[in-house]
Amino acid sequence: MLYVQGLDPPLIHFENVGLRYGMGPEILRDMTFDIPKRSFQFLTGPSGAGKTTLLRLLFLSLLPTRGIINMFGRDLSQIPRSELPMLRRRVGIVFQDFRLLDHLTTYENVALPLRVRGKDESSYRNDVIELLKWVGLGERINVLPPVLSGGEKQRAAIARALMDRPEILLADEPTGNVDPPMAKRLLNLFLELNRLGTAVVIATHDLALMDQVDARRMILTEGRLDIYE
Amino acid sequence: MNEMSRAKTPKSQKPGRPPGQPKVTAPESRQSPRRAEMRVRPTAPILPPSNIQGNALMVVIAIMAFLACLTLGAVSMVRATASSWQSQISREITIQIKPDDGLDMASALKRARDVAFTFVGTKDGTIMDDSATARLLEPWLGTGLNLADLPVPRLVIITIDEQNPPDFAAMRDLLKTEVPQAFLDDHRTWVDRLVSMARTTVLIGTGVLVLVFTAMILTVIFATRGALSGNRHIVEVLHFVGAESAFVAKEFQKHFLMISIKGSAAGGALAAALFALANIWQSNSRATPESDQATALFGSFTIGMTGYLGIFATMLVIALLTTLTARFTVMRTIDEIDLIRADPSRSDGLPGG
Repeated sequence: MLYVQGLDPPLIHFENVGLRYGMGPEILRDMTFDIPKRSFQFLTGPSGAGKTTLLRLLFLSLLPTRGIINMFGRDLSQIPRSELPMLRRRVGIVFQDFRLLDHLTTYENVALPLRVRGKDESSYRNDVIELLKWVGLGERINVLPPVLSGGEKQRAAIARALMDRPEILLADEPTGNVDPPMAKRLLNLFLELNRLGTAVVIATHDLALMDQVDARRMILTEGRLDIYE
Repeated sequence: MNEMSRAKTPKSQKPGRPPGQPKVTAPESRQSPRRAEMRVRPTAPILPPSNIQGNALMVVIAIMAFLACLTLGAVSMVRATASSWQSQISREITIQIKPDDGLDMASALKRARDVAFTFVGTKDGTIMDDSATARLLEPWLGTGLNLADLPVPRLVIITIDEQNPPDFAAMRDLLKTEVPQAFLDDHRTWVDRLVSMARTTVLIGTGVLVLVFTAMILTVIFATRGALSGNRHIVEVLHFVGAESAFVAKEFQKHFLMISIKGSAAGGALAAALFALANIWQSNSRATPESDQATALFGSFTIGMTGYLGIFATMLVIALLTTLTARFTVMRTIDEIDLIRADPSRSDGLPGG
């Protein structure tokens, strides 16, 4: 592992983490790494290397078969399941397939994280509209997702992940469904977000995208992780 | 956790900068006053309000509510009829005098009536005359009956004060002394049978209600599981945006509450309308053979204010049961989903990424 820990305690710390599905082989092996605060990194590797599984671990959606995961200073194995949603709220996630709800408008989809926190609609309406304008969807507020283009859906998904100002943003192949100019635009969006203090992890196999930024690379190969600063 | 404490975005805001500054007015709206404020539609429910499955469940709940209300109305009707029969029967007693050699039937009848009148609690006494007795026997012995030729027992009907009935045992003893051929029937056997019939009817009705409610709860469990399965993508998204199980359960609960209120209101209203229509039909066809037969069998179709309140209460119970069942099922199912999703040993076949 090439990464040297900084002075700040990391947002996420993995220690000898391993994971297998059912009785199958280990998908992830001996993972030991940190995601520091305000960091920007790419997570890459061939298909089937375990990127999505690692993202699921980072998102608290999956528990490891072995090892220790420490998130926001807390050992995951010591946290009751009922408290996991509270921790998940500190993490934003963007899926390759967007996962927008087709019967809700762009505005309603983006506002969903605040709605599930029980906030009153009038208290966040301006924030949501503002965020939608920032990601370039100011004119698509009342549109249902099936009408949006791939790039617009991706930006709506990003806006939803950012809505409650997470401390870390995880993006799974965020440029997988968009053309190069849109990919560049989305990357700039992530960089801007990172400059403002959010740690960003982008899972991608898009080499051209990674070459545009001099950032930390986490490379998964056959379940093992190598990190290049 | 204080969400604001985690805010990291700078306080200044320029066009094109990210949001996260809730108190800052949108720059575009400040810079171009001509531009109308963005309008959004009223927030849609997280679960789509209507689908085929929901409509089918509504119909099932309506049918269940209809059956439950019908059972409730029928039970209350039978109880009312049984109580009216009981009251009618216990309002009268009968003295039966068997014919005997050398017995002057006319004076024995009169004597028996007089003996009955000596007791406090008797109000009126009627000796059933020849023609009334002949009418009574007509179904078995035919018309043109001469009672003098046959050893037919004769009856004295005594009306009693229900609130203050006479001492039947003392009356029976005195009659035995004064008119040995007399037999006093206080209709106790019939009253007991009616009471037991009414109790059985109530028991059967309660059983039917329990069955209807059980069937409804099971239907709602299946429907909730079906709805969860059909809306799994929504549950997953809610999970990813940090929703707690209670929030997801509340959304499903709201959804099922609306369905059950509509269904039970329709079923209850239909049952109430049926009783009201039957009552109107009975009132309008009084003294016709059909109405008399129906009245004899079922009594009056009136269920009264109590009956209608019962129907309303049944609707509320159904709505409550449906909502609680949906909540319980959703909480349980979401916990199962969470457990399976989080446990890699139970996640065979999930994509490894």
